[in-house]
Amino acid sequence: MHISEGVLSAPVLFGGGLFSAVGVAVGLKKMKDQDIPKTAIVSAALFVASLIHVPIGPTSIHLLLNGIAGIMLGWQVFPAVLIALFLQSILFQFGGITALGVNTLNVALPAIIAHQFFKIYDLNNSRVFLGTVAFFSGALAVFLTAVMVAVSLFFTNQSFLEIAKLTIISHVPVIIIEGIISVFVVFAIEKIKPIILEELDKK
Amino acid sequence: MIFKKENTYGVSWIHQLDPRLKIVIAFITAFLIALTNDLITLSYFLFLAIILIINSKIETKYLFKKLILINFFIIIIWIFIPFTFPGEELLNIGKFSITAEGINFALKITLRSNSIMLLIISLLTTNSVSEIIHALYRLKIAEKLIYLFFFVYRYLHIIKKEYNNLYEAMLMRAFKAKTNLHTYKSYAYLIAMLLIKSYERSQKVYEAMICRGFKGKFIFFDDFKIKKLDILFIIGYLISLSLIFIFRKGLI
Repeated sequence: MHISEGVLSAPVLFGGGLFSAVGVAVGLKKMKDQDIPKTAIVSAALFVASLIHVPIGPTSIHLLLNGIAGIMLGWQVFPAVLIALFLQSILFQFGGITALGVNTLNVALPAIIAHQFFKIYDLNNSRVFLGTVAFFSGALAVFLTAVMVAVSLFFTNQSFLEIAKLTIISHVPVIIIEGIISVFVVFAIEKIKPIILEELDKK
Repeated sequence: MIFKKENTYGVSWIHQLDPRLKIVIAFITAFLIALTNDLITLSYFLFLAIILIINSKIETKYLFKKLILINFFIIIIWIFIPFTFPGEELLNIGKFSITAEGINFALKITLRSNSIMLLIISLLTTNSVSEIIHALYRLKIAEKLIYLFFFVYRYLHIIKKEYNNLYEAMLMRAFKAKTNLHTYKSYAYLIAMLLIKSYERSQKVYEAMICRGFKGKFIFFDDFKIKKLDILFIIGYLISLSLIFIFRKGLI
């Protein structure tokens, strides 16, 4: 899902970096002191959860969970993703530091969109409606990320078209599974700790 | 293994350099490499990165594992780009043709990717993560971002343990991951529990911070000092970087 070092062209790198910086600034501005531990520990949980390998047919995928991240963190998802990706690049050299801006934008912007989309649910709606909204938030976030990765590759060089198409197609199963998982994650939260969803409603 | 407390894998003089210096140099050089378009300059950068990595005495087994992972994406590029890049035809295989420009482009990506990665491994993984966080703080990165980073890293290990407990409990109940709804549901509940537990934990942590008089400011203790070694390194580094620009004027 992340784009490696040395692939993207200068305009894409700087454009991505600029937009990410704006996103991170907004996220930090909106984060009050009492939000710091919450944002951080929930991000740590998402980081750990994204290392789970979910089987699909003969292979396995790992989850992106940016839909759930967006739902739970709101604008704080930008700094959270930046930190997660930076940690990944120094702990396991995934992605990298020059592509950090672009990768952050590609993961965090869809998460914000998922957050806004999830807000159409309010606490009076039915469970079926909640499930549907959760499915589409989770699926939409991953789909948009795949599209943005494809677009960043395509803007770098037109000859990336085939790889860009391949990126989107190979993410179709991930999109569906993320949707399903988002539904049950949200259901479980609603049953066990509904206050998390109530807090969202007030945001 | 991923959550090894120290992130250093070896001992060398590079490990002893000031982390602030290493971070600044790693970022600037990484961008320099990412923006370079000349094959010879790129090869020279790769050569410099190799010298750094040899000097950093990183375990070879660890290094090769990383390099294989990085080059996985590069292989995909080599499969597609030489065929799809427009330009002069070099070779014709049935319907497909390989272009010289395509090979040139793929080669540049390979060189850039590998040299940046070697650079990061030699300069950044030779610090512990806590050193990096402190160095970033001293480099005047936005304070809230540093606190967030510090907390994420602090709780990563704890949440990972929590995850292991939950997962072991699932295995005790004879959970087997397969491609079916039950598996996805179980994983989803696992993730939900992890999120709920961390949410609850974060409240306790914040309350504990308030009890200890937290006023929105952390105090970091370790101070870095520029040593003779750091000055020698930066002089050597600048000289070796400028060599290529002296030989190949007007590049980048």
